[in-house]
Order: sequence, then C-alpha cells, then structure tokens
Amino acid sequence: MTPRPIIEFRDVGKSFHRHSGQLLLRAHVRRLVSWHRAVERFDALKKISFCVERGESLAVIGANGAGKSTLLSLVAGLVPPDRGSVHVGGRVAALLELGSGFHPDLTGAENVRLNAALLGVGRKRLNDIFADIVEFAELADIIQEPLRTYSTGMTMRLAFSVAVHMDPDILLIDEVLAVGDHAFQAKCFEKILDFRRCGKTILCVSHASGMVQKLCSRALWLDHGDLLLDGAIAEVSNAYQGPLQSNTDP
Amino acid sequence: MSAIEYPLNSVVPGSHQKWTGDYLFLIRNLALKDFRIRYRNMSLGMFWSVLNPLVMMGVLWFVFTKIFSNSIPHFAAFALCGIVPYNLFTTSWLTGTTSLVDNAPLIKRVPVPREIIPIATVLGNCAHMSAQVALLLGLIILTGAGVNRYWWWMMVLWPLEIVFVTGLVLIFSGLNVYIRDVRYVVESATVVLFWLVPIIYPFSYIPHQYHEIYQFNPIAAMVLALRNILLEGTAPSASLLIKLAFSSTLMFFVGLFVFRRLRSKFYNYL
Repeated sequence: MTPRPIIEFRDVGKSFHRHSGQLLLRAHVRRLVSWHRAVERFDALKKISFCVERGESLAVIGANGAGKSTLLSLVAGLVPPDRGSVHVGGRVAALLELGSGFHPDLTGAENVRLNAALLGVGRKRLNDIFADIVEFAELADIIQEPLRTYSTGMTMRLAFSVAVHMDPDILLIDEVLAVGDHAFQAKCFEKILDFRRCGKTILCVSHASGMVQKLCSRALWLDHGDLLLDGAIAEVSNAYQGPLQSNTDP
Repeated sequence: MSAIEYPLNSVVPGSHQKWTGDYLFLIRNLALKDFRIRYRNMSLGMFWSVLNPLVMMGVLWFVFTKIFSNSIPHFAAFALCGIVPYNLFTTSWLTGTTSLVDNAPLIKRVPVPREIIPIATVLGNCAHMSAQVALLLGLIILTGAGVNRYWWWMMVLWPLEIVFVTGLVLIFSGLNVYIRDVRYVVESATVVLFWLVPIIYPFSYIPHQYHEIYQFNPIAAMVLALRNILLEGTAPSASLLIKLAFSSTLMFFVGLFVFRRLRSKFYNYL
C-alpha cells in the first residue's frame, strides 16, 4: 500500500457569511425578527480536490480573493471545511502573515518566546533553539530592545526566523518572501530550499510567480474558489500570466 | 458528493491538525505578555494598581464616616476587604470579556486551543491584582488585627474566586465575539455589582430573607469570608465555603461547556 499523501483535499468547500456590520446587537435582533432569514454567503472555495505527497513543494497562485488564504487556513487547521474532507498528516508551521503574534511593546526576546509558545514549542526546546533563532535573524545586539524600535525588515526577519526554527513537516508560506534586504532574502530562500532538501513539504501562496517558480515544482491555479489548473509550475504560471497580460484586470 | 458532518464543537476535525504543545508554557507566556504590556510604559509601574483601591478606600472612608456616621470599627480596612475582591473580579471579567476580540490576529493565524486566550488573560490580570491583595494584607496588619491561623483559608478562597471569574469570562468572551455589545453590558453590570456586594455595608444589614441568595453570589461570599478571617479572626462558616466552592466549580464547567459550543465559528466572526 502506498503511503497516504501528506495533504489530501477531497471535494472541499468553504463559504463565509457576508456579515459586515452584523456584530452589534441590533443586527442580531433585526435578523431574528425579519421574515427572510436567508443570509448572503460567498464561496471562498468550491469543491476543491488535490493531494500533496510528502516532500513535494506546491505553489498556490491566483488573484486576490481567489481563495488562496482560505486554502492555507484549512491546511493549518484554523477552520473546518463546510463540505468535503481535509486530511493533513504532519506538523504544520503556519507562516501566515508573519509576526501576527508580535507585540510592539515587548522586547524582541519576549516576542520570540511568546511566538514560539504559540506555535507549540515547550520551554526546554525553546532554550535550545533560542540562540539559533536570534543568530539567524542577525539581531543579537538589539534583541532586548522593544519591538517598536525595530524596522519593518527587522521584525520580519525575526518572525521568519522563529517560524523556520519550529521544525515542521509542512511549511506554509503566505506572501512572505519579501522579507528584509536582498542578502536576507537570499538567506531565507536558502533556508526554504534546505527544507525541501530535507524532504519536507512546502505550500506556498503568491500572486506573483517569480519567487515561487524557483521554489516549487508544482502549482495550483485558483480563481474565485475554483481550481482551474493543477500541474507543473512552468505550465501553470504561463497559463496564469497569459490572460493577465492580454487583458488587465479592472 | 460525500458530505462529512463535523460535530459542532470541534474546531479541528478528526485526524486533522491538532495543536500540540506545552500548555502551561503558553499560558505563562500569554499571561506575562498582558502583565508586561500593562506596566512597560508606566513610570510608576505596580504603584498604579495599588493607588486605585487606596483612593477608593479613602473616598468611601470619608463619605461613610464623616458624612454618614456609622458604627463599623476600622471602616477603612472594612471597605478594603470588599474593594479588593471586587476589583479582582471586575477587572478580570472586563479584560477577559474582550480578550478574544483583542487577540483576533492570534486566533486567525495560530490553531491554539481557544480557551487558552481568556484563561491566560484572567491569570495575567490576577498577577497584577496580587499587588492589591498584598496592600489589603499589609493594611490589616497595620490596623493591629494581626495574623491568625485562619489566614490559611485564603489559599482556598482566592483560587475559588479566580475559578469563578474564569468560568464567567469563558461565557462572556465567547459571546462578545458574536455580539460586540456584550462588553458594555459587562461594564454596566460591574457598576450594579458594586452595590449588590457588601462592600460599604456589613452583611448583617441585609434583610434576613436575602441572606441565602447573597451567599450564592461568590463575590459577596468572598467578601464575607475575608472579613471573617481578617477582621473578626474567625473561620468562615462551612456552609458559606461549600456554597462558594459549589458556585465557582459550577460556573467554571458551565463556562467551559458554553465556550465549546461557541468556539466553532469564532474564525468567521473575528
């Protein structure tokens, strides 16, 4: 029997309410007393099926609102699917929007500890990898300063460093490769390639295809929640960029 | 189409991603975060959290000894026995209620068990309230009431109050995600509670028919027990302690149950 794919989506659908402004009491009351209860929903993903094998690196490309981030949230286990089934057979490090757990008033070191704890690292292991994290981010001299004194690039470097040191089976990357200056970008890139060489699975989301072409071997093209194309990276990104160049999106 | 039903209360279905990690380490770090952020930008630091009950005590002492006269001995210490548990309760309730909304970025990005956020917020708040507890105990010693062996009971009493407020916060933080007005309801409720807890009046002034009900209000029970121990030097009555323990544990488990029903749709509403 062949081993089960590390990520398996079967007929997955996910929709969200459009509920702008419904968070106040009067909206709830109005909905209760109104005759038509139908809530407007939009489908972020419609019946998507695909598999990712262990060690594969997959890019998910598509325009804004195509459902890329929803797909990553499903893999990361942040939301359950509405329809179909999602199977993920490994530890995921969700590199979704770097630094979302960071607080400007805490020092770099405190943020590292908090973020690592959020990603599931225990005290012992953190003590082992703490120095590596700081060293990789090249921030050893200011790690005790509050985060608000850091530049955006420095914050991103720190967040990236924390995430890649979590030793996941699956690394989710959401448009985060624009991290720091050129030298650091190259370093991040090298680190991600390292992951690939170790046989880890990478899932990468982007609307620009330059970086992902070098990083991934296979791509999914999502458009308004539909899976348009699943194939080799070169083929998919050509198909994706073809219509973009001929008629510019309004 | 094979539609798979997931139980309402599972955030993370079946074999799918489950957050595994060091719960205690995470709670500790989250609580420390709240604690540090509160004090990092204050030059007076912990002094502020001691100043608030002192001012309150001073005002109450002035009004209820100089304007309205009363026969309660050590009125300042008497009032502080009410203010400190009341403050612990209301600040935890308020900060806990908004904790999920305040930490929305975390909830949307990391699959941590959601319960951890309100629980850590309450614990972080308790860490900061410990200064007020220290103030209360210090003042009691200053008034000459002294330490007695019943002080050990506080090792049970304070945790029970925290258990109670944690249960309450689990319910209200979950509701606040869906209906953001909840926090204003809580704010008003704390004002009402100030008068319904025997802070400025002794328990004996309460008409007899309400005694039973009052003892089920854990905050009132807490104030009563504290006054027994700190001012009268007697052990709190067994029935009072049982009621307090009962309503605290009940509230905690009800809170946990309600939270688990509410949490499945947090992501969509945050």
